[in-house]
Amino acid sequence: MFDTSGAKKLVEVRDLTMHFPIRTGLLRRLTGSVKAVDGVSFDIYEGETLGLVGESGCGKSTCGRAILRLYDPTAGSIRLEGEEIAHAPFDKLRRLRPKMQMVFQDPQASLNPRMTVAGIIGEPLMEHTKLNAAKRLERIYELMDAVGLNREFANRYPHEFSGGQRQRIGIARALALNPKFIVCDEPIAALDVSIQAQVVNLLEELQDRLGLTYLFISHDLSMVRHIADRVAVMYLGRVVELAPRDALFADPMHPYTTALLSAVPEPDPASHDDAERIILQGDVPSPANPPKGCNFCTRCPRVMEICRQIDPVIREIAPGRHVACHLYAEDTHKTAAHAAQPTEV
Amino acid sequence: MRDGVTPFVLDVKDLKTVFRTRGGEVHAVNNVSFTLKPGELLGVVGESGSGKSVTMMSLIRLLPMPPAEIRGGSVMFEGQDLARIPEEMMRAIRGARIGMVFQDPMTSLNPVFTVGYQIIEPLRTHMGLSKAQAATRAAELLDLVGIPDARRRLGDYPHQFSGGMRQRVMIAIALACDPKVLIADEPTTALDVTIQAQILELIKELRQKLGMAIVWITHDLGVIAGIADRVMVMYGGQVVEQAPVRELFANPQHPYTRMLLETVPHIRGERAAKLRVIQGQPPILSRAPDSCPFLARCPQAFDRCAHENPARFDVGPAHDAACFWDFKTGAKRDV
Ligand SMILES: Nc1ncnc2c1ncn2[C@@H]1O[C@H](COP(=O)(O)OP(=O)(O)OP(=O)(O)O)[C@@H](O)[C@H]1O
Ligand SMILES: Nc1ncnc2c1ncn2[C@@H]1O[C@H](COP(=O)(O)OP(=O)(O)OP(=O)(O)O)[C@@H](O)[C@H]1O
Ligand code: SF4
Ligand code: SF4
Ligand SMILES: [Mg+2]
Ligand SMILES: [Mg+2]
Repeated sequence: MFDTSGAKKLVEVRDLTMHFPIRTGLLRRLTGSVKAVDGVSFDIYEGETLGLVGESGCGKSTCGRAILRLYDPTAGSIRLEGEEIAHAPFDKLRRLRPKMQMVFQDPQASLNPRMTVAGIIGEPLMEHTKLNAAKRLERIYELMDAVGLNREFANRYPHEFSGGQRQRIGIARALALNPKFIVCDEPIAALDVSIQAQVVNLLEELQDRLGLTYLFISHDLSMVRHIADRVAVMYLGRVVELAPRDALFADPMHPYTTALLSAVPEPDPASHDDAERIILQGDVPSPANPPKGCNFCTRCPRVMEICRQIDPVIREIAPGRHVACHLYAEDTHKTAAHAAQPTEV
Repeated sequence: MRDGVTPFVLDVKDLKTVFRTRGGEVHAVNNVSFTLKPGELLGVVGESGSGKSVTMMSLIRLLPMPPAEIRGGSVMFEGQDLARIPEEMMRAIRGARIGMVFQDPMTSLNPVFTVGYQIIEPLRTHMGLSKAQAATRAAELLDLVGIPDARRRLGDYPHQFSGGMRQRVMIAIALACDPKVLIADEPTTALDVTIQAQILELIKELRQKLGMAIVWITHDLGVIAGIADRVMVMYGGQVVEQAPVRELFANPQHPYTRMLLETVPHIRGERAAKLRVIQGQPPILSRAPDSCPFLARCPQAFDRCAHENPARFDVGPAHDAACFWDFKTGAKRDV
């Protein structure tokens, strides 16, 4: 498994916050904000895959998009190879753009239906390089080879392909400018089970070959267990646990992670006989109005008095294991006192 | 077995559904046969486009005709052949004697009516209840599916409920008229795992309370492992394997099922270094196949598979598989 000791930090995210304004009424007055991402901090090491999991609406996509600066973050810091980009101006971003790319969930919706495969893959080359037409085509063919698309398909249109093939087109486009870092936002969610394995294997192969670093966003926990080196679990705009993959799946520490993993049905009938499933009651609160104290306190099976008062800070409680929960505070008062300070993750 | 002297609530034989499109015919469902016992939960799995939804839609005749055409087969339910009865009789069965739940509750609930109205309506038309009786029953149903403060929530509109609660409402509507059979098409696919766990728990509880038979379509083998009594695997518009749930997972006998079980990663136990891939594409169903539909992707394929479509062979107790290869003897089947 990936060893972080001595590995270089490619992306460093600190207290990243992304709030969306809520406007209501005829005058579209600002009446509140959706706290989609609410102060998250983590590092992504060069060559690793960091899995980002959590339920619908917890802020995974917003987090990934903010890191790539597809949004202007409300607050916080994002460093790419040491360079601060959270509030970088457009021309600096344009220069950095080739280094970081995104693969989207819905291959159908993310590809322009009126462009050929060659056009789609070649678009970033047109925009960011000075390659002439012949060189460009050569590069397009190279990329098609890399993702396992037959060169003869270069002049076809997206609708002529299957879902898995369309996702390959999206991956080829993301690779066009030799990026270092790719945010994969649910890249397999729209694909059939038998096709998912093809795309995941391709992503793994490309990582080995090209030394890519991935932020792999998914709600499919068993696939994340397969592909990720470390895993961050989000709940309601926060990272509640971050740990090496094997440790997280074998011994989840945050009560939400424990519940989430226990809710995943295993494809093995016998495992259901004695499964002590934790069925969480109720729904996730709205990110426009998160509860006081711990964000998980309204559903947590282990909630304590302090949880409804004080927001737990994420801390490294064992090597590489970061948890935001009062159950792991040696001294809750001390933790509370630290609450105002930024944390090192 | 014409007059209800049958052990089955539903007995589907040789169902054949074809779409007539401008590009030609699509043989979506090809001689599908299956049965359902009272109280049983039949899980249906299979690749996208393998005909799971069209099969179930055909038997309750909920397909647009044209382009769909039911070209053959029988669907015996309570002594009647649903493939042959007139539409107004079908209407009295659909949504009443046979309930339905679909993947996306937002598209199946009408946004302009209150949830209460949408439960009360079928109770009045199908069960002939008075307004007051229906309202009481509607509140009971919402309560049954675990919606707190049920009576008051009857006046709320669908958008005022969360995704998980809307799916509970859909289940309440499907259960309103006390169906004999419930058809659930990917009912938890759009939900989060923790909410899915709530719904699965609810279904287990309701089955015990109400004793209805359920057909549960899903692509999630984990869900199937947890709730099904029996599993039917579909591929290319056909049933390729059918077995009790434990038998199917322990002892799969069709190459597609075997590969499918290996292609999904697990959350516990050993972690595979590389995922198994099923190479190739599903078949184009432009005509009824005269070869095995899995031929192009099958590692086991041999000459016979290319010019004969395998029948469903008995391969164990209550277990059949449509394949010419016999994994138990490790040889070609000699029938
Ligand atoms: N552009 C936007 N304007 C306002 N609110 C937004 C915007 N984008 C996202 N949100 C809200 O922010 C929250 C987080 O959304 P996000 O898409 O990041 O979640 P997610 O974890 O990716 O969920 P999913 O698994 O469903 O993709 C949600 O409540 C969402 O409604
Ligand atoms: N209205 C239609 N016109 C033409 N072909 C159709 C139509 N509806 C479905 N089909 C075809 O029928 C076949 C079976 O589709 P069906 O929806 O039953 O698949 P499924 O097994 O339910 O797949 P999924 O898992 O994606 O829901 C597919 O090949 C599909 O393209
Ligand atoms: S801080 Fe309290 S409510 Fe939050 S996860 Fe820990 S125990 Fe549960
Ligand atoms: S019949 Fe032949 S091609 Fe079809 S699944 Fe069996 S071995 Fe494979
Ligand atoms: Mg998302
Ligand atoms: Mg379907």
